[in-house]
Amino acid sequence: MQDFAEAFRLAFGLVGSADPDLIEIVVLSLRVSFTALLISCAIGLTLGAFLAIARFPGRGALLVLVNALMGLPPVVVGLFVYMMLSRAGPLGVMQLLYTPTAMIIAQTILITPIIAALSRQVIEDLNGEYADFFRSVSVPMADRLWALLWDARFSLLTVALAGFGRAVAEVGAVMIVGGNIDHLTRVMTTAIALETSKGDLALALALGIILLGIALAVNAAVMGLKTQAVRHAYA
Amino acid sequence: MKMKRIFPLALAAALAGGLTLALSLPAQADDTSIILQSTTSTANSGLYDHLLPKFSEKTGITVNVVAVGTGQAIKNAQNGDGDVLLVHAKPAEERFVADGFGVKRFDVMYNDFIIVGPASDPAGIAGKSDVATALKAIAESQAVFTSRGDDSGTHKKEKALWTAAGVDPSEASGTWYRETGSGMGATLNAAVGMDAYALTDRGTWIAFKNKGDFKIVVEGDEALFNQYGVILVNPEKHAHVKAEEGQAFIDWILSAEGQQAIAEYKLDGQQLFFPNAGKEGS
Repeated sequence: MQDFAEAFRLAFGLVGSADPDLIEIVVLSLRVSFTALLISCAIGLTLGAFLAIARFPGRGALLVLVNALMGLPPVVVGLFVYMMLSRAGPLGVMQLLYTPTAMIIAQTILITPIIAALSRQVIEDLNGEYADFFRSVSVPMADRLWALLWDARFSLLTVALAGFGRAVAEVGAVMIVGGNIDHLTRVMTTAIALETSKGDLALALALGIILLGIALAVNAAVMGLKTQAVRHAYA
Repeated sequence: MKMKRIFPLALAAALAGGLTLALSLPAQADDTSIILQSTTSTANSGLYDHLLPKFSEKTGITVNVVAVGTGQAIKNAQNGDGDVLLVHAKPAEERFVADGFGVKRFDVMYNDFIIVGPASDPAGIAGKSDVATALKAIAESQAVFTSRGDDSGTHKKEKALWTAAGVDPSEASGTWYRETGSGMGATLNAAVGMDAYALTDRGTWIAFKNKGDFKIVVEGDEALFNQYGVILVNPEKHAHVKAEEGQAFIDWILSAEGQQAIAEYKLDGQQLFFPNAGKEGS
């Protein structure tokens, strides 16, 4: 398979020449997935922290549901969002179909359960360790929540990375709700699917290599920040 | 303990940042753009990359192409998720207009379908120009055939060709007859991977880069004619349809200038689409 060598050559060529089309889809991919991640963290961390320390009837069933939703198939999320945002759908008047906003909505739905379920586990474990302390000084609920979220922040960063990875790598949802429109809603994964369908396997793989490189860069950046923060926190 | 106060602030800042980012993205395409629901065969061939800049330069209207199978394109247009429909399945297009979803259907251009297959040619059909005989030979020799199986224009055409050949391949589905349920490119990739025959449009085939040792085995039969039609989505059904801009696109593509632009588009020195507007409206 000479395609492999060709793919690497193409990948370096595209990055080296700062191909404007490539930059456009990379920037859109990052904007869409990061925005979805931020919204998902706001919802998912709150929900995860609440589920971790609250006790109420039906909590067990809710935990199973949230955990199961981690396995939401992107294409089903895409279909659901399409049906909601389509002109014939209930939210059609908002004219959001085939826009980056529609893609953000789909990815947010896709990764919020991941953030919620994983953060619930992390915070619940920490809460177990702190339980005696909280009981002895009778800390109010809100302060307990923030204390837990704050002390778990480094583990929660990894949770956020898992969510980001899922968002930036999925193709099924953004293909349906974004439409893979050139210069409007084309992102890395839909571009890869397009080049594959054109039979240009080398170019498709080259884009895949670049996407992997971006994921590596994001993870390395977060890891660097974390190391700095840990040093700072315990200095 | 002071650090704990910072976390809510950081979260609030992140949320605010996220919302700002979300809002700074264009909430919708600007007004001088239309959505064209079209097929993978036209988009993958590169035709739109050649045509649309000419149209945009002249009119200032941006055309956003959603390239899916004809079946899905028609369904999307019925839902009002597009302004113009450009596909290739005449009976389905006529039904779309008859049901009131489209204003009027115009012929735009044609290309032709071909059957491609591996160089080994297990059914021995290379060079045949009669499609019915070729399909019968494939069925009799039980040579592997990949079908789109996705209700696209190409799939509808393929089913019609099997019917005309007097063969019902659905009985062999999963054995020698394999329905990929995917787009043209994915189906060709599968065919190349399985040394299977496949029906494809000539445009996609010429532009396709993963041909392996595959060749065109059957071409030239009139039954393989592939007509494209263009339809404005009916603004009476969907009031938001950008009728003026959509009609401008249709007028342009049917005009002498648009038709010439179609004829000019060549890949590897071969003309892919043959304009034939005005020959027949319906």
